[in-house]
Amino acid sequence: MQSLVYILPEIFLFIVATVLLVTGLFLKNIKLINLLAIFSLLVAVFLILNQPFQSAFLNSFVVDEFSLVLKVMILIGSIASLIMFVSSKEDLNINIYEFPILIIFSTIGMMVMVSANDLLAMFIGLELQSLSLYVLAALNRNSLLSSEAGIKYFILGALSSGLLLFGISYIYGFSGNTNFNLIAVNINPESLGLIIGIVFVLAGLAFKVSAVPFHMWTPDVYQGAPTPITGFFALAPKIAAMGLLVRFLFNSFGEIYIDWQQIIFFISIASMMLAAFAAIAQTNLKRLMAYSSIGHIGYALIGVACFTDEGLRSLLIYLMIYLIMNIAVFAFLLSLKRNDGYFESISDLSGMHKNHPLRTMLIALIMFSLAGIPPLAGFFGKFYIFVAAIESQMLFLAIIGVIASVISAFYYLRIVKIMYFDEPKEEFDGSSIKSLNLLYYPSSILIIIFFIYPSPVINISEYAIQSII
Amino acid sequence: MSEIPILSILIFIPVVGIFFMLLIRNNDDQSSQNLKHTALWITFLNFIISLSLLFSFDLNNPDFQFVEKYAWIESGISYHLGIDGVSILFVILTTMLVPICILASYESIKFSVKEYLISFLALETFMIGVFCSLDLVLFYLFFEGGLIPMFLIIGIWGGERRVYSTFKFFLYTLAGSVFMLLAIIYIFISTGTTDVETLLVYNFTTNEQLILWIAFFTSFMVKIPMWPFHTWLPDAHVEAPTAGSVILAGVLLKMAGYGFIRFSIGFFPDASEFFAPFIFSLSVIAIIVTSLIALVQEDMKKLIAYSSVAHMGFVTLGIFTFTVQGIEGGIIQMISHGIVSAALFLCVGVVYDRLHTREIARYGGLVSKMPFYSFSFMIFILASLGLPGTSGFVGEFLVLLSIFTVNTYFAIFATTGVVLAATYSLWLYRRIIFGALIKDDLSEMFDLTRREIIIFLPLIILTVFIGLYPKPIINIIEPSTEKIVNQIKMKLD
Repeated sequence: MQSLVYILPEIFLFIVATVLLVTGLFLKNIKLINLLAIFSLLVAVFLILNQPFQSAFLNSFVVDEFSLVLKVMILIGSIASLIMFVSSKEDLNINIYEFPILIIFSTIGMMVMVSANDLLAMFIGLELQSLSLYVLAALNRNSLLSSEAGIKYFILGALSSGLLLFGISYIYGFSGNTNFNLIAVNINPESLGLIIGIVFVLAGLAFKVSAVPFHMWTPDVYQGAPTPITGFFALAPKIAAMGLLVRFLFNSFGEIYIDWQQIIFFISIASMMLAAFAAIAQTNLKRLMAYSSIGHIGYALIGVACFTDEGLRSLLIYLMIYLIMNIAVFAFLLSLKRNDGYFESISDLSGMHKNHPLRTMLIALIMFSLAGIPPLAGFFGKFYIFVAAIESQMLFLAIIGVIASVISAFYYLRIVKIMYFDEPKEEFDGSSIKSLNLLYYPSSILIIIFFIYPSPVINISEYAIQSII
Repeated sequence: MSEIPILSILIFIPVVGIFFMLLIRNNDDQSSQNLKHTALWITFLNFIISLSLLFSFDLNNPDFQFVEKYAWIESGISYHLGIDGVSILFVILTTMLVPICILASYESIKFSVKEYLISFLALETFMIGVFCSLDLVLFYLFFEGGLIPMFLIIGIWGGERRVYSTFKFFLYTLAGSVFMLLAIIYIFISTGTTDVETLLVYNFTTNEQLILWIAFFTSFMVKIPMWPFHTWLPDAHVEAPTAGSVILAGVLLKMAGYGFIRFSIGFFPDASEFFAPFIFSLSVIAIIVTSLIALVQEDMKKLIAYSSVAHMGFVTLGIFTFTVQGIEGGIIQMISHGIVSAALFLCVGVVYDRLHTREIARYGGLVSKMPFYSFSFMIFILASLGLPGTSGFVGEFLVLLSIFTVNTYFAIFATTGVVLAATYSLWLYRRIIFGALIKDDLSEMFDLTRREIIIFLPLIILTVFIGLYPKPIINIIEPSTEKIVNQIKMKLD
């Protein structure tokens, strides 16, 4: 019974989701349900902040500083996508009350993921998260692209879950345990079976964070899914899977880090480079953001590859900045609306600064920030990543990183170029949606003024990592 | 040490100005006029404040003055500002050129005035920041941050091939600079600090120095620019609006020269000594090759842009002699070039505003229609080719003097550059100003307006003043330069 207290936020959200699911049948007010969902997520944040640090269920579920910080980040991402949903539900043909509920279920899954300290808890969290996401991707039933995205995501996702489960069975078979800490204690560094298990689990997790070479689903799903859901894909699951990856690798296989380090090393380089080149040819903004997120995950993985507290700290700083930047970008994408139609092509942005000067200036700065140009926040994310890389003698990774960032600057600049240098088109009327502006302006201003006082983000990251190393 | 954080004020006044300008919302002619006035007053105010630096600057103190230091990112990386004799003149050059640029854009910028002025003010913040920062991360922040407004200035208000040029400019400089970032991070990790004052007395091992020197060099070489990485500069200059060219030639190139003096030779004297012949060769090649290229240009701005590369060659020659004369010469050459090339671009802008072409062949015989213009143009052309009595002479003379003491061959080749400079400059002047006024569309040309005279007057005065009486300038530079040279000598021994 004692253990139940430690998963209070999860239980609370689960009850809320079930109640909302039932009331939704009778209560046709989707807006109200959505508001209740947002409110309960805020309550969950409050509950998480007041939780004691403990491990529950025979140490298979831990509540510590690391999980606290990541959970709050995940909840911020979920709340942001629910706010995006309010603004666009009618126009995108996703006006059904299950949306907020599926988001909540998925969020619970992610919260379990970042707290998981056991292979089984990890798998349960991962599946709860993924199954909700499959449905969410296909939510717009009338759209061919959305259905395609859902099916594609489901098939590839199921395959990756299979790989993951296969890997888990190997690890269990060769270590005799499913608990991360016990695996670490009973580890046999010579065992080839363990390595095979790690490789398969990493393949499954790389799929979830959409790292190359398991990234193929990302552009299609990003493009096909309705934009608030794409935003959700870009925000929360990446953070959760990254947290899980860190705990899985650091807690159970810290001793044989030499073996997995090179895998992370490779997928990090591959992600950065592929994303930098592939994004250049994109014409659709959501596809471009998909490649952009692949690239960013590549940078974040440098932090994992370092296997130092410096690296972990830089990973968290990077994820936080990534979260804020993506909230701004997706709120911006949703405001590209004219006569109830949404615009997703890069060329639709043409000459936007004439009609929306302030909005365009901010998104241009966000683009520079994504490219990692100082003095914007994105630069500091990369800066810490490179500090960590050089400190752990991975100069090669850092050099590839800066080269990729120069190449990727090109496609971010192209967006700025189209917005500023090209001929203007008609005005977008999405700029007056209050709920989107509530996301857009604060997040973009945070990105711009970050350099004045960066210590809070750094302190939070340092606070979070103390429970891992 | 003064109590008022005067450098921070200088850096952030333009930012305050940006906020003011964001408040002016209308888009009609009246409000864009108001915007221009606001920007002009803000930058002029900044100039006045920067002049107060000169009065309270202690000439006998070779150390950093007006120092401000606050905790910033974490221990080792702080918000650390300060200026010495090397940097103070660059700060004043910047604050002087920005109001001139804004004044020069009064007529030529017709659309998106607000964005234009905001870009300029942001650029001013970054430029002053570069010369004031005494922390490598802070320096990098300002150094790279300047790319954003400059990218927009060239890209939005530039000429026909502006997109190509601005991308080239941005990606070239970014690609050069990221290696400096890695070097800065390496320094941070191995020494635990990025504080310039601490690092100036720190001794890196020779191997470290060689690698780090190359990383810093890639960045500064692209920015200054040195042959063979100079190709972005003519493109950027040709497509940029007049004020953009002015600030590019006047200040942005100097950031790299300043970086060479402060960081390359300050931190890595062994490596600098090792690479000095390499730098000399590149500089001499730059001086001769780009002078020859300048000779055949059809476009006025391109010609001046290539001449900038040649002039910057003198700067690097001077700096890497490690003599007091050489470094002083380099600094004076940079200051002088900042004034003269800025003025030359303004001269091009004057006729461009009237005829909308930069092709040299379209002009001729302007002297009969525009006497005042011809006079000012002549002064700057003469200063550019280094005639005694103008500011250009002092710098070049000191540099050649110092290079003679180090290596005669390089000196001989560099001196031919002076001759070539005279050739292309005077030839340019002859083709535009002299001859008979036979072209029809030139008959409409009118002389300098009052606004343009106000722009040129301070530049003419400064050019002649520095040329005739460089003592005050040298007095400012000398103590700090001597300190730098002594430090290098000490480290080398």
